[in-house]
Amino acid sequence: MAAPALLVDNLSVEFQTRSGVVKALEGVSFNVAKGETLAVVGESGSGKSVTAYAVMGILDAAAAVTSGRAVLGGLDLLAASKEAMAEVRGREVAMIFQNPRTALNPIRRVGDQIADVLLRHANVTPNAAPREAIKLLETVGITDPVRRAKAYPFELSGGMCQRVMIAIALAAQPSLLIADEPTTGLDVTTQAIIMDIIAERASATGMATIFITHDLGLAAERADRIVVMHAGHVVEAQRTRDLFAHPRHPYTQALIAATPGHTSRLAELSTIGGNLPDLRAAKLPACRYAARCPRKLAICDSSLPSIDPTAPEALACHNPVSSPPMGEAA
Amino acid sequence: MSTNASALRHARYVLGENPVTAFAFGLFVLIVLAAILGPSVVPYDPLASNTSRALQAPSAQHWFGTDQLGRDIFSRVIVATRLDLFIAIASVALVFMLGGLSGVAAGYFGGWVDKVVMRIADTIMAFPLFVLAMGIVAALGNSVQNIILATAIVNFPLYARVARSEANIRREAGYIEAARLSGNGDARIVLTQILPNIIPILVVQMSLTMGYAILNAAGLSFIGLGVRPPTPEWGIMVAEGAAFMVSGEWWIAFFPGLALMLAVFCFNLLGDGLRDIVDPRRRT
Amino acid sequence: MFSLIFNRLMLAIPSLIGVVIVTFLLTRALPGDPAAYFAGPAATEQAIAEIRAKLGTDKPLIVQFGRYVSDLARGELGNSLTTGQSVAKEIATRLPASAELTLIGLMLVVILAVPMGILAATRPGSWIDHVTRIVSTAGVSLPVFFTGLLLVYVFYYRLGLSPSPVGRLDVFLSAPPHITGFYLIDAALARDAEVFVAALKQLILPALTLAIFALAPIARMTRASMLAVLSADFVRTARASGLSSSKVIVTYAFRNAVLPVITTLGMVLSFLLGANVLVEKVFAWPGIGSFAVEALIASDYAPVQGFVLTMAALYVALNLAIDIAYGLIDPRVRISS
Ligand SMILES: Nc1ncnc2c1ncn2[C@@H]1O[C@H](COP(=O)(O)OP(=O)(O)OP(=O)(O)O)[C@@H](O)[C@H]1O
Ligand SMILES: [Mg+2]
Repeated sequence: MAAPALLVDNLSVEFQTRSGVVKALEGVSFNVAKGETLAVVGESGSGKSVTAYAVMGILDAAAAVTSGRAVLGGLDLLAASKEAMAEVRGREVAMIFQNPRTALNPIRRVGDQIADVLLRHANVTPNAAPREAIKLLETVGITDPVRRAKAYPFELSGGMCQRVMIAIALAAQPSLLIADEPTTGLDVTTQAIIMDIIAERASATGMATIFITHDLGLAAERADRIVVMHAGHVVEAQRTRDLFAHPRHPYTQALIAATPGHTSRLAELSTIGGNLPDLRAAKLPACRYAARCPRKLAICDSSLPSIDPTAPEALACHNPVSSPPMGEAA
Repeated sequence: MSTNASALRHARYVLGENPVTAFAFGLFVLIVLAAILGPSVVPYDPLASNTSRALQAPSAQHWFGTDQLGRDIFSRVIVATRLDLFIAIASVALVFMLGGLSGVAAGYFGGWVDKVVMRIADTIMAFPLFVLAMGIVAALGNSVQNIILATAIVNFPLYARVARSEANIRREAGYIEAARLSGNGDARIVLTQILPNIIPILVVQMSLTMGYAILNAAGLSFIGLGVRPPTPEWGIMVAEGAAFMVSGEWWIAFFPGLALMLAVFCFNLLGDGLRDIVDPRRRT
Repeated sequence: MFSLIFNRLMLAIPSLIGVVIVTFLLTRALPGDPAAYFAGPAATEQAIAEIRAKLGTDKPLIVQFGRYVSDLARGELGNSLTTGQSVAKEIATRLPASAELTLIGLMLVVILAVPMGILAATRPGSWIDHVTRIVSTAGVSLPVFFTGLLLVYVFYYRLGLSPSPVGRLDVFLSAPPHITGFYLIDAALARDAEVFVAALKQLILPALTLAIFALAPIARMTRASMLAVLSADFVRTARASGLSSSKVIVTYAFRNAVLPVITTLGMVLSFLLGANVLVEKVFAWPGIGSFAVEALIASDYAPVQGFVLTMAALYVALNLAIDIAYGLIDPRVRISS
């Protein structure tokens, strides 16, 4: 197997808050291959965004990365110097966010916002930047790009703004795109269009995509592989088809069970017993799902099976639901 | 009862958590004591001049020194507390009634009442406030009462707006609707349901504007309006000492100015603290 | 753009009408009969009635108001009782002094307070953050005339760095040829370095006094809005795009953060114009504020009225300018208007 586009290995992040230290991520490991679309799913607060921010190096000041590596093209992003990171960010790895309307500068023309990134990362002269920005708007399916480039975000619809975000993210042709709930708040048709644009750009350029979502149904449709997170841990990773056919972690199983027809949003369903544990607690059980888990063993409080960051599959459970399906080990 | 107790506990918590507010509270007590007891405890008669002891620097005998007429500045500063505080409190109480009531009426009744009150507020806001206060005092006559009135008028928009928006929010509230349905008249509802709920917010507003009221009144007397010499008042005392700053007798203007500053500082801090107690949401 | 300016002008008109009405009502509230005052204590009933007719105070209020408005339209503000001079003329000659002081003060406060607020927000916990916090609490409590006097004591009496705090120019120098009335500009136009430096030296303390007075609200607002903007989604986007930190802070964060600061500037101006009067008195500055103060003491109403009117008109105009500046920066206001 070729080197993955991104390898995250044993990543831990803590937040210093007034009410104590929040252990937001602990030992998070996963990888994404070139050209692959990896979905990261989990309840609200499970640490999906924090993982993405840590990789991008845009965690806020209260956060500290306490362990781990995030290797992209031979460079450990977590250990890289500020200058090196500034080169990588936006060029090698780009990110698009939820809420496209607020994610764009409200008082700058969208064409200029794209041009800012082009000037920074792509070898583009100031004279050519506006033209290049218009071309990019065209590639993300914006009609009348010449006029739209002169628009301000408030003059565009949410879907339009998200296309602009994609254009910004793709401006420097990154090798990895992280999309953090890129379609939340958009209507279903627009959702599909946005996801199509991302998929189309990814397959055109061989870019890897990490797609963060609440929506297990959307993940099922769009992802090659799915990583399931719970309370700052990666609990399971499998190929999409296999995950739905044979969920092995009790949490994954509960998640899928709570998703009728794989179409509803997780957030709207409350059939998973219990809540996320308080991540500020001084002593959390080794498996953070233990308190909610119907299959809990005594060992779950004290140890957690480690996962191989380079493997396509992962499982952090002492008492999984069913044995892995045959012929998967290869 | 229990809400009172918990409010008290919250107040104690805020004071304990926030030493600055506690400090301001201490200062406030001192100021009030000076206002009440000042004239009977000061070492010298604040009006008695003694030209043989004129322009003396601060010493053990005259803590804050003496002025050009040999009057004891410490005694004058302390005695002035009562007048300065009185002007500020009177003007704030006046605007509390004027602005609070018209704001409540505007917010509760809406319609033309609202339009008139807001138009008045907007018109006042169209002036630089201190300049308007000067104009009002000039027109109505140069007296302490008119300084109080002018200070109240320039603060009117602030109170009217706060009261209006609070009344507006509460007009829609369920319990007001319930009171109305059970046959209560507007006046009754305003007096029993709306005003009691708005008063804490207006009280915070009062302590926040006290500082400004003191500054405004002192500014007016600094330029020679309202209080007349030889009455001890901080603004006038600073004005009297101004000429001596260039010849090095700094204490004449310095101590009344310092008193003024401390009083304003105290009320500003107190206002912030009080706001935290009454309305923790707006904490910054 | 033009529609924005037009709209704001339309909004300023009710304020101006309000100002005219209020200044008129203030004249009518004058204690006593101005005609009797004019005529002097020895005048007969007959003479007073004549003056009353001449002043128009025997007419119904609405007629008097009409006359007041038409006088204003012709730039007529009446005459000073004490000097007999035209108030409008006097104000016109003194206005540049006040305007120069206020504008330099305003510039100074923006130059000081905005960087303070930005640094405090981008470096939380640093010394500049603490200084900003102290200044913005203590600053609002300082009576402006007191600050002025302290500066005089320190910089004139103690250190001898600044000239005697009297007026706009050293008495031994003559004013630069009148072009704008702003000594700094006129001296620069006349290429008179000596006068320029002398005028600047006179100006610096009063302008600094005004700036210290207005420092607190602007620094506080800059800090708060910069903090809010720095944690906004679009700044995160800009960071995630790898834009340089100067680009993020200047083009993305600051241009957005400056909007609430501009709004605050409007409020600060109200205080600044008021404080101007006090500063003029402390520094014997020959502006319209000291003109009004002198008239106030002499119970000479016309100059005060002219002063109040001028200041209010100035304030309305400056607010208009602020609104337009806001619209220039914020397309949401510009385009939707
Ligand atoms: N700035 C912060 N300060 C303190 N704790 C934080 C901060 N940001 C995130 N956290 C904590 O980190 C944990 C993970 O948050 P994160 O935003 O990554 O969740 P998420 O999986 O993205 O959820 P969502 O689906 O709601 O976006 C949460 O428990 C949250 O409380
Ligand atoms: Mg998230």
